[in-house]
Amino acid sequence: MTLLAVSDLTKRYRRGGKTIAAVDGVSFAIESGETLALAGPSGSGKSTIARLVLRLVEPDAGTVQFDGDDFLALKGAALRARRARLQMVFQDPLAAFNPRATVARVLDDPLRIHAIASGAERPASIAALLERVGLTADLAPRAIHEISGGQRQRVAIARAIATNPSLIVLDEAVSALDVSVRGQILELLLDLQARERIAYLFISHDLGVVRAIAHRVVLLDAGRIAESGDARAVIDAPQSAIGKALVAAAPRLNSTRP
Amino acid sequence: MTALAEIRDLSVRFISDGSKVAALKGISLDVVAGECLAIIGESGSGKSTLALAIAGLLPGSAKIEGSIDWFQGTTGEASAKAPPSALPGISPSRGEIELSSPPSPITGIVERAPAARLPISSLEGEMSGRTEGGVTERQPSTIGASRIPLPGRDIGFVFQDPSASLDPVMTIGKQIAEVAHTHLDLDWPQAYAKAKHLLQRVRLPYPGSAMRAFPHQLSGGQKQRVAIAAAIAAGPKLLIADEATSALDTIVQAEIVALIRQLVAEDGMTLLFISHDIALAAELAERIAVIRHGELVEIGMTAEIVTAPRHPYTRTLLEAHLGLDASPLLRRTPA
Repeated sequence: MTLLAVSDLTKRYRRGGKTIAAVDGVSFAIESGETLALAGPSGSGKSTIARLVLRLVEPDAGTVQFDGDDFLALKGAALRARRARLQMVFQDPLAAFNPRATVARVLDDPLRIHAIASGAERPASIAALLERVGLTADLAPRAIHEISGGQRQRVAIARAIATNPSLIVLDEAVSALDVSVRGQILELLLDLQARERIAYLFISHDLGVVRAIAHRVVLLDAGRIAESGDARAVIDAPQSAIGKALVAAAPRLNSTRP
Repeated sequence: MTALAEIRDLSVRFISDGSKVAALKGISLDVVAGECLAIIGESGSGKSTLALAIAGLLPGSAKIEGSIDWFQGTTGEASAKAPPSALPGISPSRGEIELSSPPSPITGIVERAPAARLPISSLEGEMSGRTEGGVTERQPSTIGASRIPLPGRDIGFVFQDPSASLDPVMTIGKQIAEVAHTHLDLDWPQAYAKAKHLLQRVRLPYPGSAMRAFPHQLSGGQKQRVAIAAAIAAGPKLLIADEATSALDTIVQAEIVALIRQLVAEDGMTLLFISHDIALAAELAERIAVIRHGELVEIGMTAEIVTAPRHPYTRTLLEAHLGLDASPLLRRTPA
């Protein structure tokens, strides 16, 4: 089932009298339970597409169908209700959260705002959320700034899944993590997807990570789609110039390695 | 193998919230003249602290034990083309150093004898994840006269974020010319000519107009090229790149790595490449040192580290690397 269908999405910015198309006629679709990766160099439009899909910025042209609705036409309470099904995780959870808040507070907000659990139920719901992302309930009273980067990104994922979303936009969500922690977070995302059929729009500049976890990939260059298809097929044999350049630039361990 | 610097039992502690935090614990290693040595580790491992200690840029609040001995180098091929520098061979004609005593004659320095024991310079300011803050707060060290390597002249430092290390209200040309003017005894027209030449060497497009540009007018990769030009302007013997490509996308990162490799070869510099990325380090470095929790886990030739790591932590890092040939984590179940 098609969960998200983006068609001819366009966003232009005016800079110094010139108009630049950050996103230029981009179309793609995501099925339920699928990971679609958006990859490309800096300035290719990856994050702008994420913001357009989330309606953090409004497009100049194009349509976004989410769960069968015209997502761009939704307003007010209907938009808020639908937003619960569409969540996001950013690169830097320390910037995304109030640093003085506790873990419990960060997880309490979506449960309260979207009326998912009553006041009396919420401590138990928070404990359950922490367990779903591989943390323990004793983390709840800790301040966001005190916990490690890996724990913080798990809390960001817990907050994202608190509203039982069908799609999570992950914008460079593992890029700032140490490699050992990154592997654990990727495993967590895959486990959640397998258990709860969550779809991911996975934005990354790292083709190694994309190849490891995405079903399909869209390669972007200067706001346009350069090529798309099965993640492994595209990355193993890129056809577009930008695809070839991205693959050639990826750091490699010694090729003689067994 | 000629050591450029011998680091012995180097420990660094910071005072944070009244408690002492050990950032480095008894690190001993040699930096070989002319080599590319990568120091890899995860966040908080102490790799940047080690780079700052070697460069003499640690804040005054840091408690430092151990030693860094610098050697006058040989006239080996690695340094043959290099401009004068206080590391292997002081140019007696250079008068810009604040000397408490006359410079010792260059011929008097015996090869392999410790040329200088580093009194790691003190400067005010707090350490943070990024290292740029240290530089803006730096107080020039005048201790020990000429043979202590001088940051900026004998050691070039490229930081992660060029937006933070370049002055936002000074033209690109002046920022580079200033280094040449300060350290090479050039007058300003000569220093500007040198800066323009350096912009050509780091392959910045339109170097003539870039001289008059300000940092905000350049892209991230272009800014990092400018930062590299400033770092090598005084002809340092040692170039330290601390996560210099981590904020750049993969394609720009590859370009900057290729540029660093070329400049290091052309100028006969020694390169200390600090990174969290073991694959990137393996592409550039002849030797790799792995740092974890402030300790040296292992050090060896790149091929050995990558193909036959001795330490389980190195193996963990290698296994966690997701290269284009890694086996996918995704188990293909129908969506």
